[in-house]
Amino acid sequence: MAIFLNENSKVIVQGMTGSEGMKHTRRMLKAGTEIVGGVNPRKAGTKVDVDGVSLPVFASVQEAISETGANASVVFVPPAFSKAAVIEAIDAEIELVIVITEGIPVHDSVTFWNHAESKGGKTRIVGPNCPGIASPGKSNAGITPADITGAGPIGLVSKSGTLTYQLMYELRDIGFSTSVGIGGDPVIGTTHIDCLKAFEEDPETKAIVMIGEIGGDAEERAAAYIKEHVTKPVVGYIAGFTAPEGKTMGHAGAIISGSAGTAESKKEALEAAGVKVGKTPSETARLMREVVENL
Amino acid sequence: MDLYEYQGRALFARHSVPVLDGGVATTPQEAVELAERLGDRVVVKAQVKVGGRGKAGGVKLADSVAEVETHATNILGMDIKGHTVEKVMLTVTADIDSEYYFSYLLDRANRTFLCIASVAGGMEIEEVAHTDPEKVVKLPIDAGVGVTPEIANSIFDKAGFPEDLRDQLVDVFVKLWGAFVAEDATLVEVNPLVRTPEGRVLALDAKVTLDENASFRHPENAEFEDKSAVDPLERRATESGLNYVKLDGSVGIIGNGAGLVMSTLDVVSYAGEGHGGVKPANFLDIGGGASAAVMANGLEVVLSDPQVKSVFVNIFGGITACDEVARGILGALQTLADRGEDVTKPLVARIDGNNAEAGRKILADANHPLITVVETMDAAADKAAELANQGA
Repeated sequence: MAIFLNENSKVIVQGMTGSEGMKHTRRMLKAGTEIVGGVNPRKAGTKVDVDGVSLPVFASVQEAISETGANASVVFVPPAFSKAAVIEAIDAEIELVIVITEGIPVHDSVTFWNHAESKGGKTRIVGPNCPGIASPGKSNAGITPADITGAGPIGLVSKSGTLTYQLMYELRDIGFSTSVGIGGDPVIGTTHIDCLKAFEEDPETKAIVMIGEIGGDAEERAAAYIKEHVTKPVVGYIAGFTAPEGKTMGHAGAIISGSAGTAESKKEALEAAGVKVGKTPSETARLMREVVENL
Repeated sequence: MDLYEYQGRALFARHSVPVLDGGVATTPQEAVELAERLGDRVVVKAQVKVGGRGKAGGVKLADSVAEVETHATNILGMDIKGHTVEKVMLTVTADIDSEYYFSYLLDRANRTFLCIASVAGGMEIEEVAHTDPEKVVKLPIDAGVGVTPEIANSIFDKAGFPEDLRDQLVDVFVKLWGAFVAEDATLVEVNPLVRTPEGRVLALDAKVTLDENASFRHPENAEFEDKSAVDPLERRATESGLNYVKLDGSVGIIGNGAGLVMSTLDVVSYAGEGHGGVKPANFLDIGGGASAAVMANGLEVVLSDPQVKSVFVNIFGGITACDEVARGILGALQTLADRGEDVTKPLVARIDGNNAEAGRKILADANHPLITVVETMDAAADKAAELANQGA
């Protein structure tokens, strides 16, 4: 099963012919992802050879869908052009669009999110500024290193890329159903709650790891959701306990002001919802190991 | 990027939002020259990015040019909550009949924009929002539609502004929205937005935050960047394209990925509790790639911080495998030595992920006198804290 992305996902890459797009298309193919083509209006009709696989380039997402039956898109186009690319994907009613691009203006993210909602929410947006989705052994859409873990019963949702990889690697012997990097920007499409809901419904997922970081109140809202709706065990980790107030720590979302959004308030909210929260990534992995052993 | 009040005021003026005549000065002499143009009665306001400047004595009314000079002399150089005042803004004065509150901001939880408006503006707005929430109107704004005159009228009606100000306020709401969108702001706040006894509407304060991700389409706003207030190490890091934040401790931190580095700060702080309370000296994210060149630039910045006593390099090798990372660390130290840098501080490396064993072996075989390789993040943090404490 996995969530959002599986062996039946047919993936196109918007921005495939750029250097990042090319590099990661190659890696995704190697990971077993079914990539069916790319989109670039200026190179439409051409073919791109990636390690012996010939991939067609289409003029639009719409054309790519009609020609290949694609149902997911990964976006690598530069920040200035990302809004148009995502809106194009939404208008073509693709099921899933994963926006890897870092540095998209937040007005653009709000605009494409509002656009998706006005179209009835037919397209799931993941990101922006995220590593993407990996369902080990099935499909990998984005930039998550494919060979750091295997398939298994853990579902993972995270704002942070490298922390995700760290946890996936530490728990590689147990393995993952799906790992969703939702991104660290202030405005993102798919949230912790969306992933928790999907993991709860996914029979392959037996336990959930949730990684958050300072800023916003997404973790607090996720905690409230877990309390009400999630029956599977959840282990949490929050980064940024010692980050000084008012300083941006890399992710645009990871800034705290006042008491809202501190690591402590997130930890308390999660623990109140019955989530075990690790103090360090390694302790979090240990907690998850115990949970899986007791399943 | 948070703007100073004088910058926000300039931005409002650019979008025809009514503001008081004024200007900015960095010396008492400049303030005097400005006051001579503005007239006798002016307000001198400290320009700092922190609240409570009025209570700190950073806002003064002057009735003569001589008083302007006195106030400017006192306020310039003043310390307000750790911020040194380097500029003062002068404006002409206005008589105030009523104070309102108005803002547009990003509502990240609802992934939309929000308008907040209140007829009970002024210093106590937060208190009002708490005790009298029905006096503070919050309305979501659809990014696709924006604030049309029709929507501005509905904001006006819902907040209950006085009828005789309708035309002026609707115009201000539309113009502020224009500024919010055109400048890629995540906040424009006017508190107070005032009515004068003559029935004029004026923005007496301007709080603006701009989205740095959008700076590529606003080259004209680069002048707002506050180069003087930026730590010299932070500036150097920015010039090398590194994401660096200077902190107060003695354990230098280098890692890849914002989340992992934030986590590293936490783990080092916990470890420091057992080693004389040492703390992280910085946040430095060298990004996913972690190549030798980027590692060298990062190490150079961290090592040039005199407070740093040890360095913790914490890398998860994903796309860039650990053997490459290990060669990167060695290459970086060599590069620094070649540049003639004084590399004497101990370095603890924890590399994990793809090809971790090969990477650790490369570092072990190199037998570099300054490098200690520790396998886990927690143990490595402990070692780095111990070394920093010994070096203190």
